Amino acid sequence: MFGSRGLFGRIDWLTILLYVLLVLVGWVNIYSTTLSDPDLSIFDFSTLYGKQLFFIGLAGLGILFVLFIETNFFERFASIFYIISLILLLGLFVFGKTIAGATSWYDLGFFNLQPSELAKMTTALALAKYLSDIQTDIRSRKHQIYALAIILLPALLILPQPDPGSSLIYFSLFFVLFREGFPLYYLGILVVMVALFATTLMFGTVWVSIGLLMLTILIFGFKKKSTKIPLLPFIAIMGAAVLFSFSVRFVFDNVFEQRHRDRFALWLSLEKDEKKLEEIRKTIGYNTYQSEKAIESGGFFGKGFLEGTRTKGDFVPEQHTDYIFSSVGEEWGFLGTATVILLFSIFFLRLIFIAERQKSDFSRMYGYGVISILLIHYFINIGMVIGLLPTIGVPLPFFSYGGSGLIFFTMLLFVFLKLDSNRLKDGI
Amino acid sequence: MKKLLLSSIIVIIGFTFIGRLSYLQLFRFSPDQILDDPAIKKIYDYPERGYIYDRNGELMVGNQPAYDVMVIPREAKPLDTLEFCALLGIDKPEFINKMKKARTYSPRLPSVLVPQLSKEDYARLQEKMRHFEGYYIQKRSLRYYTTTGAANVLGYISEVNEWDLDNNPYYVAGELKGRTGVEKQYEEILRGRKGVKHIQKDRFNRDIGPYKSGRLDTLPEQGKELRITLDKTLQEYGERLMYGKRGGIVAIEPKSGEILAMISGPTYDPSLLVGRERSRNYSKLHYDSISKPLFDRSISFEKEPGSPFKTLNALVGLQEGVLDPNTKFRCYNGFYVGNQKKGCHCGGGVRDMNSGIYQSCNAYFAGAFRKIYDKYPTTDEGMDVWEKHIKSFGLGNYLGTDMPTGRPGRIPGKEFYDRWYGDGRWASSTIISNSIGQGEVAATPLQLANMTAAIANRGYYYTPHILKSVGNSGAIDLKYTEPHYTTIDRKHFEPVIEGMANVYKYGTARWVQVPGIDIAGKTGTVENFTRIDGQKVQLTDNSVFVAFAPVENPKIAIAVYIENGYYGARYAGHIASLLIEQYLKGEITRTDLEKRMLEKTLEHEYAKPLSGEPFKINEYVW
Repeated sequence: MFGSRGLFGRIDWLTILLYVLLVLVGWVNIYSTTLSDPDLSIFDFSTLYGKQLFFIGLAGLGILFVLFIETNFFERFASIFYIISLILLLGLFVFGKTIAGATSWYDLGFFNLQPSELAKMTTALALAKYLSDIQTDIRSRKHQIYALAIILLPALLILPQPDPGSSLIYFSLFFVLFREGFPLYYLGILVVMVALFATTLMFGTVWVSIGLLMLTILIFGFKKKSTKIPLLPFIAIMGAAVLFSFSVRFVFDNVFEQRHRDRFALWLSLEKDEKKLEEIRKTIGYNTYQSEKAIESGGFFGKGFLEGTRTKGDFVPEQHTDYIFSSVGEEWGFLGTATVILLFSIFFLRLIFIAERQKSDFSRMYGYGVISILLIHYFINIGMVIGLLPTIGVPLPFFSYGGSGLIFFTMLLFVFLKLDSNRLKDGI
Repeated sequence: MKKLLLSSIIVIIGFTFIGRLSYLQLFRFSPDQILDDPAIKKIYDYPERGYIYDRNGELMVGNQPAYDVMVIPREAKPLDTLEFCALLGIDKPEFINKMKKARTYSPRLPSVLVPQLSKEDYARLQEKMRHFEGYYIQKRSLRYYTTTGAANVLGYISEVNEWDLDNNPYYVAGELKGRTGVEKQYEEILRGRKGVKHIQKDRFNRDIGPYKSGRLDTLPEQGKELRITLDKTLQEYGERLMYGKRGGIVAIEPKSGEILAMISGPTYDPSLLVGRERSRNYSKLHYDSISKPLFDRSISFEKEPGSPFKTLNALVGLQEGVLDPNTKFRCYNGFYVGNQKKGCHCGGGVRDMNSGIYQSCNAYFAGAFRKIYDKYPTTDEGMDVWEKHIKSFGLGNYLGTDMPTGRPGRIPGKEFYDRWYGDGRWASSTIISNSIGQGEVAATPLQLANMTAAIANRGYYYTPHILKSVGNSGAIDLKYTEPHYTTIDRKHFEPVIEGMANVYKYGTARWVQVPGIDIAGKTGTVENFTRIDGQKVQLTDNSVFVAFAPVENPKIAIAVYIENGYYGARYAGHIASLLIEQYLKGEITRTDLEKRMLEKTLEHEYAKPLSGEPFKINEYVW
């Protein structure tokens, strides 16, 4: 059964190796972060690292479960899974359990189920299923809107929990669309919008408008006759940009809450008042400050396993979950952090390679979905921990402490690996 | 393009992260930051500071417990403020103020609420302490003195300052360090080495256990006790005799260079610089710019030595062969330099070495001084020879004692006079005042005592020192056990010592003889001046006396320098004789003389130049 044609026959062992390494390194750091009494066994389930070990075991069972299932199962039932997910998300408004201010969980007694985690996978499946349908044409505006709806529906249901971090994750599925021929200028528009958002906050609407005006004059004043840029639509776009800039200010001042404003203030260095800045650092920026300090103190070689003083002193809040990477930085130094970044990068590139070799469109699209979801977690989490991005609470895949996270990430990945192991039959 | 999009994003993210991490961990990292890691706290275990004993094993400095009342503001519960304040001996506004300060410093960390309670306050407070939650008593160790004297020798300790912290990594703010005297000189021996415990803390600054399982921790090393060379009884007696007088006394054991007494007047009780009143007392002493009690006159006060210096000129004359004990000079109640007559109080007549010394004849020594210079073709050569001989007695430079302060005194050489008068424009007659210890020569009482010890030893001295032994082992620095030979041959000392012995028998100090003890000494009456409103004004002469005893097998060499005490035998001679008697006999027979010294003060002399009125000097009021 485990022979070359068996269950593990064509599975991609390199990916599994990278997965195991990431989970292992993650657990070692969870152990260091949550260790309080070195005399306890690592299997002691009263400790967090013991529990995580148990979750790793569960994830292993999950892997076997996924591998035993017929490959077609995922494609065939993708729509049903998606609808179930949406129902579960809706159900939260009635039956949800509130933890730390967010109504994101079902209390199953022994386990808290977070449907938004499940929905990540089912949305990726549903999107792949819809796009791979023979009748779907990505170039058609109507089908583009359907695809967008598949992505945005769960995101909209998650937003009011409130869990903006999780809803942000769904936007990563746009990468699937881009891979499948969704016009790239949408990405351009997104980038421009983010740039406008940031510059408006930094320099104000007036200066952004003046800048845009200058840009228009520059382009039309010095353009060569041969290049044809239609004047009116261009001005319309510029006008839209100015309007957007105004709306940013309005949204920022009236829709955002103070804590959100503070996060952006810190990130974009908006606050010039030293005293207020100090205050923000101590409150909103406290986590980031402590995590940066911990990473910094690791230096090149790190302080060594279990020797991280700031890790032991619990200086970085939520270190075993969202801030686990700071423990790598303190105890393993630049060597450790660079290695982890390298591991993740190879892991992602390998997945892209696998996705691209699929004969089945469905498998490739789902693969891109998996990569997008994992990548955005990795990007936001580490970006936040090392102080490049504002504080957005998402876990680091395979690393962060937490059962549902680990199990769902694992399932997400192994469904793809299962599809991949079956790729040769797909063409038949 | 669309296939490469995600791959390039992954690579870009990877590079961005690595870039940021190199900035944080390679560029911003500095290895020193482990020192101010907020997660590690160092707790120090202080060993007891070493005791200090005198040469006979009598305790001079020990330690006493003191009790600080500490508070942790967060844990402090409301209490009966009035009762608590009454127990602490403070009033309510002060209490509120101190609590506020403690809270500002840190609500979670202990602060000192009331420092250094007395034993009595502590006893009263201790019974009730359990009622006051959040407050506790912390024991500290303070210096405790069993003597009221020797403050200048023992020195004091005080909290380390910014400079210490910057320059010596051993110290941590709030620790104590020897500031002057023995406490400073032997700081490292006395303090021992503190033990360090590293404690891992959490972000609320709470202890959560030993850091690295205590592998970096060290145990405290006990401070060692010191035995110093002072004779406690002699020192205390000398300080009593200095009552109301300014000046310095140094007594040395010639055969070892051990300092038996080192007295500076006025001085202060060392206990003043301990405990709660310390800073107030220190300010008072520090700002007393008139009598300067913190200034150690025994070692830092350099003045013209006066007539005791004549003995050295006699020795130089003998060594150079320009004098023999029978060489005679005539005294015309003075002597002539060119047409100018300089006075002498010896009574006039023909003087040989013996009577020249015991009558302290200025004319004799002026003549002798000239002869030394006349031996050489140029004044410069004569000067070099003279300077070499004189300096071999430990004058004109730092002696190299184990006291952290001191002054070099001054023995001028030819460069000095070339600067002063111009090259070739001076001769022995110009500097003739040096023959009688006036003029440009200057020495500290310590140097005078050492010079006397060298004469007592007939030609050598040991560097004066204050450390007798560390603990009970006799080991001290070898440089204190090596004799320094003067450039004068042993045989030349006898005639000079005979003259000095006659000072007591027939000469200027015959009034202060000690029955049963042969003393060799030399008086000095030193003219001195001050400036009042820019005018040079002469003050009452300084009274100087050097002596050693017994003449054969000397056990003590002493120099006494009393400011404005008039002639040498008057204050200085009396005090020297009393100290010698005390040291050699252990008791005083001449009680009326003693009583006079203990009671007489010179405050009226010291008030004269400050009075703003014209005054007389050298009045014979006894």
